[in-house]
Amino acid sequence: MTHRAGHYAWAPYIFVAPFVLTFLTFTGYPIVLSVQMAFQQNAGPRVAEYVGLQNFAWMLEDPDFWKAIRNTLVFAAASVLIQLPAALGLAMLLNNRIVRAPAVWRMIFFAPVLVGLPFVAVLAGLIFEKNTGLLNVTLHAWLGFDPEFPWLQEYIMLALIIAAFWMYVGFNMVYFLAALQNVRPELLEAAAVDGARAWHRFIHVTIPAIRPVTTFVVFLSLIGSFQLFELPYLLLNNSGGPDNQGLTVVMYLYQQGFDRGDLGYASAVGWVVALVLLGFAVIQRMIGRGDEERT
Amino acid sequence: MRPHRIMIVVLYAALVAFAAVTIVPFAYLVFSSFKSQETFFSFPFWPTQGAWWEVDWSGFTGQHFTRLFEETGVLQATVNSFCLSSVTAVLATLSSAMGGYGLAKFRFRGREAITWLAIGALVIPGALLLAPGYHLLFRLGLLDTYAGLILPAIAPAFGVYLFRQAFISGLPDEMLEAGRVDGCGELRIFFSLSLPMVRPMIGAFLLITYLGTWNNFLGPQILLQTPGKYPLAVFVSQLRGPYGTEHGLIMAGTMIAVAPVLLLFLMLQRDFIAGLTAGAAKG
Repeated sequence: MTHRAGHYAWAPYIFVAPFVLTFLTFTGYPIVLSVQMAFQQNAGPRVAEYVGLQNFAWMLEDPDFWKAIRNTLVFAAASVLIQLPAALGLAMLLNNRIVRAPAVWRMIFFAPVLVGLPFVAVLAGLIFEKNTGLLNVTLHAWLGFDPEFPWLQEYIMLALIIAAFWMYVGFNMVYFLAALQNVRPELLEAAAVDGARAWHRFIHVTIPAIRPVTTFVVFLSLIGSFQLFELPYLLLNNSGGPDNQGLTVVMYLYQQGFDRGDLGYASAVGWVVALVLLGFAVIQRMIGRGDEERT
Repeated sequence: MRPHRIMIVVLYAALVAFAAVTIVPFAYLVFSSFKSQETFFSFPFWPTQGAWWEVDWSGFTGQHFTRLFEETGVLQATVNSFCLSSVTAVLATLSSAMGGYGLAKFRFRGREAITWLAIGALVIPGALLLAPGYHLLFRLGLLDTYAGLILPAIAPAFGVYLFRQAFISGLPDEMLEAGRVDGCGELRIFFSLSLPMVRPMIGAFLLITYLGTWNNFLGPQILLQTPGKYPLAVFVSQLRGPYGTEHGLIMAGTMIAVAPVLLLFLMLQRDFIAGLTAGAAKG
C-alpha cells in the first residue's frame, strides 16, 4: 500500500505546476507589483518616483478621466438595457417549436462575434463613414436621411453601441437559448391551463427560471463593457475621437501608461477598474446566493 | 396549442429581418474586397449596369489581394497569427487540462489553496495587469518577443476551472484506480485514459483560445515593436496608415484575417457552442 501511495505522491504537483508557476509569475507577481506602482509616477519603465496617493488625486481632477468613466457607464448601460433584452427576445423567437432549422439561425446570429474586435472596428470604420459609408448611403437612399450624418464625429457613443450590438447580440443569445431550453415545459403548460396569458407566463415562469443565467450574462457584459478598448481605439484611428467623445477607461489607461509612459499612473487607473469589477462580482455572488436559498 | 398562422409569419419576418442585419456587413466586406477602386463608391454591394440583377462582372477584381501579397507583409502576418494562435492554444489547453485534472482527481497539500486561486483569479480584470505586466516583461527582457505573449497566456485560470469541472463530472475515479492496478504510470493514465474522457471540452477550449489569440490586438500592440512580428490584428489595423483611402485593399486585408476563423468555426461549431455554454450552466 505504502508503495502505491508513494507511486503517485508527486503526480498532482507535476500536473498543477504549469498553472501555478505561470500564474504566480505572470498574474500574482504583477498584481503585487501594481500595488507598489500605483503609488509611483513613471517616465518610461526605468524612471520611477514615489508620489503617495497623488495618482488618485490627479485622476479625480482630470476631466478626461471623468469623461472616460461616463462613456464607459453609458456603454455598459446600453449593453445591459438594450443589447441583453434584444438577445433574450431573439432567443425566445428561436426557442419556438415552429422555427425550422434552429441550428442554422443560431449560427448566423452567432457569426459576428467570431470576427473579433479589431476587425469589427476596421469594418465599422468604413460602414459609419460620412457620405460614403454603407450606413449613410443606405439610410439616404431608403429613408432620405442626411448623408453627412456625422457618426464618427459627433455620435461616437451611438456608433459604438450599434457596432457592439451587431457583434454581441447573437453571442448573448446563445446563453439565453441554452437557459430557455432548460425551462420545464410542464410549468408553462400548467400556467397556460390556469389561464395565464403569454405575458404573465413570461414574467412569472420564464424570467424566474432563467435568472441564474441572466445574472451571469449581465456580469459578463459589465466586465466586457468596463474593459472596452479595441473597438473605440481602432474605430477612432488610435484616439478618443473629436473632443474625446469615445474615450473609455481602458483607453485612458493605455494613453497614460503607454503613450505618455507613466506606468505608475496607469496602474492606479487599473486598480479603479479592478475595484469596480470586484464590486459587480460581489453583487453577482449575493444575487446568486439568494437564488440558491430560494430553491 | 396550435400556432396561429399570423404568428408564424410575424416570427419568420422578425428572424429574417434580424438575419439580414447580421449578414449585410459580411456581404459588404466580401463585395468590397473584390471591387475595384472605381466601382467602390458607386455601388454599396455588387456593381451593375442598370437594374440590380444586371451584374457588371468587369467591376470585380482580385487586384487588392495580389497587391497585398506583393507589396505588404500580409503573408508574414498571417504566418505569425497562425503560429502564435496554434502554440498558445495547444499549450494553454494542455496546461489547463493538467491543472484541472490535478485539482479534480488528487488529494494533496495545497489543493484547497490552488483551487481557491483558480476560482478567485476569474474576477481579475486584464486591465489591471497591463501596466505591471509590461513592466515585468521589460525586466525579463521579453518585450518584442513571442515568449512575452505566449508565457502569460499558458495557464488561464478560466481554463483550469473549466477542466476541473469537466474532470469532476466526466471521469469516474474507478477508471483511474483500474489504470493504476494495471500498473500504468500517472502520466500515461492522464494522456491515454483521462484526456479522452473530456474530449469535447478539449475541442471547445482549443477553439476558444485559438480565436482569442487570433483576435487579440492589445497584447501584441503593446509588446511588439518589430513590424515583421505583427500578427494580423495589428497588421490589418495599420493598413489604414499607408493605404487609408484604398477601402478595397483594407477590406481585402480584413477578409484574409476573418475568413480562416469563420471557416474553422463552421466546421467545428457544435463543440464550440457547447464549450461556451458549459461555464454558464454553473453560473
